[in-house]
Amino acid sequence: MDYRFSPEEEAFRQEFISWLDDNLPEGWDPSRYQNYPRDDELAAAYRAFQKRLFDAGYAGMHYPKEYGGQGRGLVHEVIVMQTLANQCLELRIPGVITFGMAAPTILYCGNEEQKSTYIPRILDGTHIWCQGFSEPNAGSDVVNVSTRAVRDGDHYIVNGQKVWTSYAHLADYCILLVRTDPDAKKHRGLSYLLLDMKLPGVEVRPIKQITGDADFNEVYMEDVRVPVSMRVGEEGDGWRIAITTLMFERVLGDATMAAAYERNIERMTQMASRVRRGGKPVIENPVFRQQLAQAYVEVMVLKYHGLRNLSHQLQGGIPGPEGSIGKLLWSEPNQRITEAALAMQGPGGQVMRGSPWSIQDGFWQYAFLRAKGNTIEAGTSEIQRNIIGERVLGLPKDSSRAARQ
Amino acid sequence: MDIKLNDDQLEISRQARRFFENETPMEYVRAMFEDEKGFTDEIWGKMAELGWTAMCIPEAYDGLGLELLDLAVVLEEMGRAVVPGPFFSTVMLGGGGLAEAGSDAQKKEFLPRLAAGEIRGTLALHEPDAGGDLDYVRMEAKAEGGGFVLEGTKVFVPDAHVSDFLVVPALAKDGLTLFLVESGASGLAVSPLPTMDGTRKLCVVEFGGVEVGRDAVLAAPGQGNAPLDRALRRAQVGLCAECVGGAQKAMEVATEYAQVRIQFDQPIGAFQAIKHRCAQMYVEVESARSILYWAAWAQDHAEEEAAMAASVAKAYCSEMFTRTAASAIQVLGGTGFSWEHDIHFYLKRAKANEAALGDPVYHRERIAGLLAG
Repeated sequence: MDYRFSPEEEAFRQEFISWLDDNLPEGWDPSRYQNYPRDDELAAAYRAFQKRLFDAGYAGMHYPKEYGGQGRGLVHEVIVMQTLANQCLELRIPGVITFGMAAPTILYCGNEEQKSTYIPRILDGTHIWCQGFSEPNAGSDVVNVSTRAVRDGDHYIVNGQKVWTSYAHLADYCILLVRTDPDAKKHRGLSYLLLDMKLPGVEVRPIKQITGDADFNEVYMEDVRVPVSMRVGEEGDGWRIAITTLMFERVLGDATMAAAYERNIERMTQMASRVRRGGKPVIENPVFRQQLAQAYVEVMVLKYHGLRNLSHQLQGGIPGPEGSIGKLLWSEPNQRITEAALAMQGPGGQVMRGSPWSIQDGFWQYAFLRAKGNTIEAGTSEIQRNIIGERVLGLPKDSSRAARQ
Repeated sequence: MDIKLNDDQLEISRQARRFFENETPMEYVRAMFEDEKGFTDEIWGKMAELGWTAMCIPEAYDGLGLELLDLAVVLEEMGRAVVPGPFFSTVMLGGGGLAEAGSDAQKKEFLPRLAAGEIRGTLALHEPDAGGDLDYVRMEAKAEGGGFVLEGTKVFVPDAHVSDFLVVPALAKDGLTLFLVESGASGLAVSPLPTMDGTRKLCVVEFGGVEVGRDAVLAAPGQGNAPLDRALRRAQVGLCAECVGGAQKAMEVATEYAQVRIQFDQPIGAFQAIKHRCAQMYVEVESARSILYWAAWAQDHAEEEAAMAASVAKAYCSEMFTRTAASAIQVLGGTGFSWEHDIHFYLKRAKANEAALGDPVYHRERIAGLLAG
């Protein structure tokens, strides 16, 4: 057993860290939780930075060279993601769906034309993608998708509504789950389309969220004509594509979150040394010392469980439903960690950014609120536990869901 | 990076599982739970024959010179079968303390016999006012006539009643010092405690002016901290292996029951209240196993993170075992509350392991200290 990255891999990490030192955007301030409070500015910064990564040979480390990738291993991509998460997580945010879902789906399930058209433009930052799965009546029950795609010659006519679509207002394309066969059993009637967001009939309306930002949206589609060539896989294959391709990239997401949270533990330790309670630094309070340590324990659990999964995958293992563990290990602890941070601040925890009384630029206030989405997005905790209970442990479905099969 | 058990370790694991299924079934656990001694010489001898008592002892002292992870694989299976007896105390506490602190001559004298299963040892660390704090040692070792006199009380000493020697931390003039005290020493009194977990007996050991020679000092006077800390770290990780194995079994028992127990005309595992409970057990057991492997590997290969890893593992794995065993009882319902079902042995072992070798509060405080500097 060996938990270490190889000397060659560590040398690559050092090389990338020194490259990053010279190539972060002008004026980048790592002490701020948001360098780009306006999301259009953030999206522009993302595109420019991704282009820089691409030009320097650090984009898509594990993607084939013919599609603009580096043709190296997943482990190199993990090292890049860990480093970026540690130093400039904010710059990755507009690319979360693009890299976590769109790119791998196109790579693993797309046809040659789709791969050679879209992957290079993802890797070089030209395109941002959003994800059109959820609908008003298809949340956790996502196979209930009712957005219709009706074949009309070499096009589909798409009508329907998506919701909670992150970055739809800034995205160029959308991975879209649609119903092509209303008579088939629920999950068999779904197909997977690539939607150009500039097509006539696509309308995006922002939704303001708990943090006050409006990162996500409703997307309305009215008689949108999508070429059949934009379908991924076969008609009726949409559900299988949606659930299987994502598992391969999960280790990257887990590694990214672990690196980001390790940074947050450093932030919390600094904060607890400065913030006072009863005249003494919070770090001297035994209760908060316990909470800090517990936060660290949970981050280590995420980190080392993620590395174990990564190693399994590097040795040819196929990721399966047990990957749901990772989702639970980054989402639920983040809520506990951010709650602990606010508790350490006492009433000072109420102050958002923008005041001399703000603590660490209001990082924890934002993080606390944002973390409430963690157990909902990308499959709720309840759905993850259903997956583990049924597909890993072999427990039966409940009668209402079993009857639907 | 290569984070998985190798073929040898998998074979050790299979062999251990077969052995405990055949040789220490729950009837044996039940009998030994009630038994004063707590194990049979027959089982002890067979375990020694398999080489398990020799695994982590250096080859120079007739051991097998294997890594902590190799032993952890056996301990995981022992946890799975809640195997009673002094194996853990002998190998990890007595043997571990001696291996870390002893001089060459001391190791030559004791370790080959320990490796062969001929003698047993333990660690007498806790004092009545220490609580879960491992750093609180106040027992005095007074220098007298070229040797030392030990006076005081050690509590919660695992398996002292069947040990041939004790590793005893005490305060000499020069600071914390480790002594090797043989169980026949005059003035030593051992009495077992009526503890919750009957599968690992805990004793009170009273030192009524026990005289030991200079040659009973392990390492040098005042030099006890570092070797004690190393031995404790390894033992903490070993205990985590037991926790992971025990929790794995508790999860399997609960999950199997949830598949066959019918209420409201369906298996109770179809209800999300039960299903999610079982899923949570799986999440915690599997992630604890990841932490365990890291911590075991770190003790032999990454000294710079070994202390942190041991404390993270002990805090997480021991609480995880308690939660999982308790959750299994809830899934089993009234059956789980009965003496007749085996699950209560797991809860009891979990609580014992949680409190042993530094409770979670102690380890989190250690972690905070390492983080905050």
